[in-house]
Amino acid sequence: MAYAAGVDVGSTQTKAVIIDEERAIVARSLTMTGANVIRAAEESFAEALAAGGLREEEVEYVVGTGYGRYKVTFGNTQVTEISCHGRGAVHMFPDTRTVVDMGGQDTKAIRVAPTGEIVDFCMNDKCAAGTGRFLGAASSALDIPLDELGPTALRGEKAVKISTTCTVFAESEVLSWLGKGKRIEDILLGVHQSIAARSTGLLRRVGVEEQVTFTGGVARNVAMIDALNRSLGLSVNVSDDSHYMGALGAALFALDHILAARVPSRQAS
Amino acid sequence: MTDLTVDGTIVGRGNKDGARLFREWFDGLTQAAAEGRGGAYVFVMGSLAELLRTFDLPIVFPEINSLQTAVRRVAHEYLNEAEDYGYSPDICGYVKADVATQLRGGELPMGRIPKPAIAVYTNACNTYIKWAEIWERMYDIPIVTLDVPGSRADGAQTWPGNPDFENDRRYVQAQLEELIPQLERVAGVAFDIDRLRESMAQANAMSRAWKRVLELNRSRPSVFNALTDGTIFLGVANGFRGSAEGARYFEELVEEMEYKGEHGIGTLTDELYRLIFVGVPCYPIFRRFSELFTELGGNFVSSTYLRFASGGTSLGFEYDVSHPLESLAEGLLVSVRDAMDNMFFQTGILLEMIDDYAVDGVVYHPIKSCRTVSTGLADNRRALMAARDVPSLFIESDMMDRRVVSEAQLKNRIDAFFEGLAARRQQAAIRDS
Repeated sequence: MAYAAGVDVGSTQTKAVIIDEERAIVARSLTMTGANVIRAAEESFAEALAAGGLREEEVEYVVGTGYGRYKVTFGNTQVTEISCHGRGAVHMFPDTRTVVDMGGQDTKAIRVAPTGEIVDFCMNDKCAAGTGRFLGAASSALDIPLDELGPTALRGEKAVKISTTCTVFAESEVLSWLGKGKRIEDILLGVHQSIAARSTGLLRRVGVEEQVTFTGGVARNVAMIDALNRSLGLSVNVSDDSHYMGALGAALFALDHILAARVPSRQAS
Repeated sequence: MTDLTVDGTIVGRGNKDGARLFREWFDGLTQAAAEGRGGAYVFVMGSLAELLRTFDLPIVFPEINSLQTAVRRVAHEYLNEAEDYGYSPDICGYVKADVATQLRGGELPMGRIPKPAIAVYTNACNTYIKWAEIWERMYDIPIVTLDVPGSRADGAQTWPGNPDFENDRRYVQAQLEELIPQLERVAGVAFDIDRLRESMAQANAMSRAWKRVLELNRSRPSVFNALTDGTIFLGVANGFRGSAEGARYFEELVEEMEYKGEHGIGTLTDELYRLIFVGVPCYPIFRRFSELFTELGGNFVSSTYLRFASGGTSLGFEYDVSHPLESLAEGLLVSVRDAMDNMFFQTGILLEMIDDYAVDGVVYHPIKSCRTVSTGLADNRRALMAARDVPSLFIESDMMDRRVVSEAQLKNRIDAFFEGLAARRQQAAIRDS
């Protein structure tokens, strides 16, 4: 049995996924990227190997993706996370035609063909508004752990309108609403709606075509799923492995290389 | 560009001669500034250089000066100086670099430019008008706006013989007739219609050759990079229009490109994808920006920039020197209108380019500094995608301001674009097999 791996070095976290020849996930890992990107990639891969009970030589091909893809020094090649999220999403949900990937500091809208091929894409430019970092600012201002932001926001009844589009200023706006006596739940509901609105804008730039699959670390946030569904007027696909979709896509590209190498060339046959 | 690998006398000559002419041009401007002579300040879309040089006025192109500060990686010093003076970060970077240049007494990395004695410009860009007003306030000089009627609608362009066209031509000619006495007063030189005829004849030779150079890039592999080599050609096309040196340069450039085409000498060793560039180049990382594409086998075979930044002269319009003023008006009308069409009505132009140059993808590059060029790009892209199944990339940065140029972000998007091109080619191969 051959194994293929994808290592997604993101701005905040590094993810690794190992798949078998049947394209089933056999191991996954998640580490903080930190300042040493090369080490983060190595650790993430090592953790995935350990989780799968595999030795390094059993993994025939490794694809690096994410902003730190060129730092996956042990990898065989690199593919952008745009292509990887598209590929992973179509693998998980074959009817996917649009992908929204919300990560630590960027959000991507990707339109894909049935084959997983990228038709068009669009990302936030030069600003982290509408990304996971915006939630991080709210978490910090309200002193609520990231994992609890979603459930808290879902208890909101009357969303506060968050007007800033700047992540840096978001923290002060959140504090100012607290000062005016607004409920934390309503402020957080407003924060989620604000991010969903910006992401919807990106999606409309590439054209929203169903089905829409939500990937990236923020896809674990229940309030964000709800806010996106409401903003788009549909129900987005979310997998338990949404967070690993980039690494999964990279692993699928790695498996392509393994399988292609096995096909005898026309000349040889 | 491929260097002197096959025939040292021809291949690469255009780039070397272009750099030499550029240095000579700036040496001349520096000398004029030292002598205290005033210059004619003009812009690339409708410079009228062929008329102005008959008055012995040094011709200054502030857009070219400004972009040179970015290419030479000092634009931020000029932009900061203008912003410290009070200009907003949101104002056109070309304008701000020029304001700082004026505050520095005309000092630029390439030399020193004369102060303006007159500014002559068209309405092709709305910023031209506000920009010239700055010089008017700074130096109390005459500024002349030539109002050139643009296309009423995409595809509704009129041509000689049509009553609307003749009205437009007369309207432009009347403005030229008002301009000439002003030029005589400023330059202290009498208008000489025979000098104008000679200058127009040189411009004709250049236009003929320029059009041919653009056509020659249809060859496979392409013989020049429209973004990098093309910008050198544009510098000569603007700075030397109406001169014997300019005409000779382009005639020799045709020779070089024909030679390369005949001998299969491409600008890339392995040209995998032929691309069109739409917008204004990213001058703060000029070479690197191009490499982000060429490293992956992509070459820009054509661009809208080569058309609008040459003032529409890429059409190859030739003057009738037996009727100089009428023909000058007609040429200005046709060329400036075409420059505007290349910014505002791109869809048809791009569709034609895609076919003529066998293009694999279109790259749109809207920039923060220039609303005129950038505002309609999103609509144009949608229209193109609706009309033709061609991959396109939309990347944003700036022509001057490195503060809004993120190479990492650009590279990520460009890499993904090429992954899409490769996947598309692979799918097509599977379908065809």
